[in-house]
This record gives sequence, structure tokens and C-alpha cells, in this order.
Amino acid sequence: MNLRRRYLRDRLMMVGLALGTLLVLLPLLFILAHVFIEGIGALNWNFFTKPPKPPGESGGGMLPAIVGTFYIDLMALAMGGLLGLGGGVLMAEYPDHPINRPLRLVANVLGGVPAILMGLFAFVVVVEPLGGFSAFSGAVALAVLMIPIIMRSTEEVLKLLPWELREAGLALGLPRWRVTLSLILPAAKGGIITGLLLALARAAGEAAPLLFTAFGNQFLSFDPLGPMDSLPLKIYVYAISPYEDWVKQAWGAALLLALLLMLTNFLARRAMRKR
Amino acid sequence: MELRMETRDLSIYYGTNAGVKGVSLPIYDHRITALIGPSGCGKTTYLRALNRMHDLNPIVRIEGDVLLDGESIYAPKVDPVVIRRRVGMVFQRPTPFPTMSIFDNVVAGLRLIGVKDRRRLAQAAERALDQAALWEEVKDRLRQPAAGLSGGQQQRISIARALAVEPEVLLMDEPTSALDPISTQAIEDLLVRLKEQVTVVIVTHNMQQAARVSDYTAFFLNGEMIEFGPTEKIFTNPADERTEAYITGRFG
Repeated sequence: MNLRRRYLRDRLMMVGLALGTLLVLLPLLFILAHVFIEGIGALNWNFFTKPPKPPGESGGGMLPAIVGTFYIDLMALAMGGLLGLGGGVLMAEYPDHPINRPLRLVANVLGGVPAILMGLFAFVVVVEPLGGFSAFSGAVALAVLMIPIIMRSTEEVLKLLPWELREAGLALGLPRWRVTLSLILPAAKGGIITGLLLALARAAGEAAPLLFTAFGNQFLSFDPLGPMDSLPLKIYVYAISPYEDWVKQAWGAALLLALLLMLTNFLARRAMRKR
Repeated sequence: MELRMETRDLSIYYGTNAGVKGVSLPIYDHRITALIGPSGCGKTTYLRALNRMHDLNPIVRIEGDVLLDGESIYAPKVDPVVIRRRVGMVFQRPTPFPTMSIFDNVVAGLRLIGVKDRRRLAQAAERALDQAALWEEVKDRLRQPAAGLSGGQQQRISIARALAVEPEVLLMDEPTSALDPISTQAIEDLLVRLKEQVTVVIVTHNMQQAARVSDYTAFFLNGEMIEFGPTEKIFTNPADERTEAYITGRFG
């Protein structure tokens, strides 16, 4: 009955959906294209190998910020990964443990805290006691940002594993912690790595938590207790500066950061698929 | 005939619901005891109390006692891990560890309790796979992932894995219900041979299976153990009319 009208309606709906998808994708494509066009010109040998020069002098680069980004983010991943994993394992594997309710509450609250407050937190608990800005305090701020994300993703992938897997391990006479460590975590490896990388990608793009923690540094530094530069910080500082050269470099840094985050996301999906 | 395990007036509660009500049952050494009964009759719940698998579920409460070699496995100082090493379990669905090879699966129990000697592990793997009637089929691909095997082979991997730690008692929860008839036959055959090494308690939905493999049968209904006796007697001359009704297929 009225088959032709049904087909027509089907086609109309499909066109509507395609248009909607395009509408959503358009801003994303626009941003990426714009960053690419503005930024690609700044990416040259000096950009990757030289420290910044004072305004007015040309030829400076982003080396301290690039190194600092990896340095701070990896330190944050180490700390946030460990705590987040621990929390996620606890929530998934020991759901009846009394610590779980407060833990879940903390995870939910932390997940909704604005990134800049993470920076304030790290300022109060790390920067002030240590008496100065430091890469370590920046890593702490980013780690706190990562923890709820990692906790939740870890909990979710562990809960996907069949319950029988745990019982099979226990029935072999293995203690609970051994089952978790040697059977459950390896079985969920792909998903856990995906969660870690997504949390990393999320934190790596943040400038706010680093403003009054890592602070920024014009010189290449490997001192965890001294101020350090980072790409998001550089973008923030350079983009609002009055110097044309700096603004151009900010675009270059934005492009590099976007590429790095896309790469991280790509790796995250690949880890998930491999299992 | 020696007792290996025994339950005394064992009741198991889920919250306030009694899943098993006051079951007293002997489990004889080197014999196969089958637990039969309709769905929801408490036979699996009962089985899981025999190696303290209920410990994981905080809403489960256990009354009465379970004895292993005359000693309570629920006594305060008893470590459930030690009990489960002596009383192994095979589940309804095959549960190979997904990231491990066939070999690693079979020796997982030994390796994770600290056995490192390669020769000992290799011997244990061969013996367990042989007992599980799987050695000939997999001996040339021990390093391949266990997840690639068929369902019947995976279930025999699960059995081999349980046997590798040399338990005294093996609990089996409907081990063939997810398998095809040929795999089922293979597992039934190996059960009968397993009696030499272990005491077996098997839950089964399949009455023919109970009749074929077991020495003793207990019939469960609504959480109660209605009748226990030599399998032949239960199936030919049951004392209780409910047992007779069940085995002749009038319900369940």
C-alpha cells in the first residue's frame, strides 16, 4: 500500500540525516582547515629545534614547549594512570568494598570540576609548599584531571568481561588480587590503554591547569621542580601577544597540538580494536 | 566406601529467600555424584557452596556445614583459597582465559601460584590435557590462542585447567549444556575415567547423562533434597513419588 510514497519518505529522511551530519561536521572541518592553513607556514626546522627569541627578533622556535608538553603529560599520565587504574579496578572488581561509595562520589565530582580549578588545587597543594612554579605541579594538575576519566573507562571495560572469567580463576585456587592482576587486567588491556590515551589526549590540550603551575619557560628545561613550558601555554601567551611573529607561531603550535591529539586518538582507537 | 565430602543440614539464603533448605548429603571418594532436578531447584546453588564460591556475593548467607575430609570448610580460620585449590570447579560455559595460549591456559593455575619449573609445567600440561582427552587434538598447537578452539575443545581446556592443579574434588556445573552431542560424549567418557584421580560432583539438566555417568544421584526440588541413593536405584526404583514423576518426565 502506497509503496512509492514510503520509498519517497525514506529517501527524504536519508537526505535530512546526511544534511544534519554535514552541518555537525562542517565547523570541525572548518576549524581544522583554518588551523592548518594558518599554522603550516610556521612549521619549519627552527620551530622544532630552537628556543623562542625575544619579540622583534625572528627565527625562534618551540623546542622548550614541545619537550615540556611530552615531559609534563607523560609525568601526569604516570601519576593519573596509576591512581585512576587503581580506582577503576576497585570500583569494578570490589563493588562491595566500603571505600567504593566515597570513591565513586569523588570520581563524579572531580569529573565535573573545571580544569582551571585543577590548576588552583595544584597551586595550593604543590606550588605553595614547594615555593615555586614547577613542571611537577603542572603534572599533578593534569593528573587530577585525568583520574576520573581513567577511573570510569577502566571500570567500564572491566565490567564488560564475563563474570565467569573471575570465577574460573578463583576456582583454580587463586587469590582475588592474583585473578585481577594476572587474568582480568590482561584480558582488558586494549580497552584500558584506550582509556589512558583518551584521558591523555583530553589533558594534553588544556592550558588552564598549567597557567599557575608549570607556568611556562623561555628556556629548555628538564628540571621537574622548575617552571617548564608547554604547547597549550605557548598558544595562550603567543596568541594574545601583539607581535605578528608570535601570533604566527601560536598557529603553528596549535596545528602541532591538534596533530598530536589526533594521533593519540587514532592510537587509542587502534588499541581498542586490537584487544 | 569412604566419605570425601559431606554437607550437614546445609541451607543457603539469598537475602531472606532460601535457595537450599537443610540439605544433608554424603559425597563418596572416587565416585561421581550427580545432582538433578528442574531449573531453580537449588542444585547449582548447592554445588557452589562446596568450594565457597558464594563468598563473593555478600547477600548470600550459609547455615549448616560443609565438611571436607571431616573438617568444616566454613570454619573461621579456613582460607577459601586453600579450599578452592582442593575443590576445583568447571562451569557451564567454557571459560578459556582469552589472552592466553592453550598451554598457558592449562598451566595458569600452577603458574600463578608460583610454579616456574618449565619441565614440571610441561609435564603437568600434557598429563592434564591427556586426562581431558584433548592431548592428541592440540599437541601440535599448544602455543596458539585457546580462544580459537571449538566450544567442546574449550570446555575440555577448562577441565584440563582445573585438573592441572590436582584437586581432590571436581565440581561440574552443567559442563555439557552448551555443547554438541559429540563433545558431550567426549566429556562423559572422560568423566568416567577421571574417577581414578578425583571425586566428581556434577550438576546436570540431562537425566540420561546422570544415569550414564554417575554412581550416586541426588534429586533436588524447590531447594530441598528429595532423594539420594545409588544412581541405579534412583532411576529404576525411586522411593519418592516426586522423584519418579521427574525422572519419568512428568514435570521439569
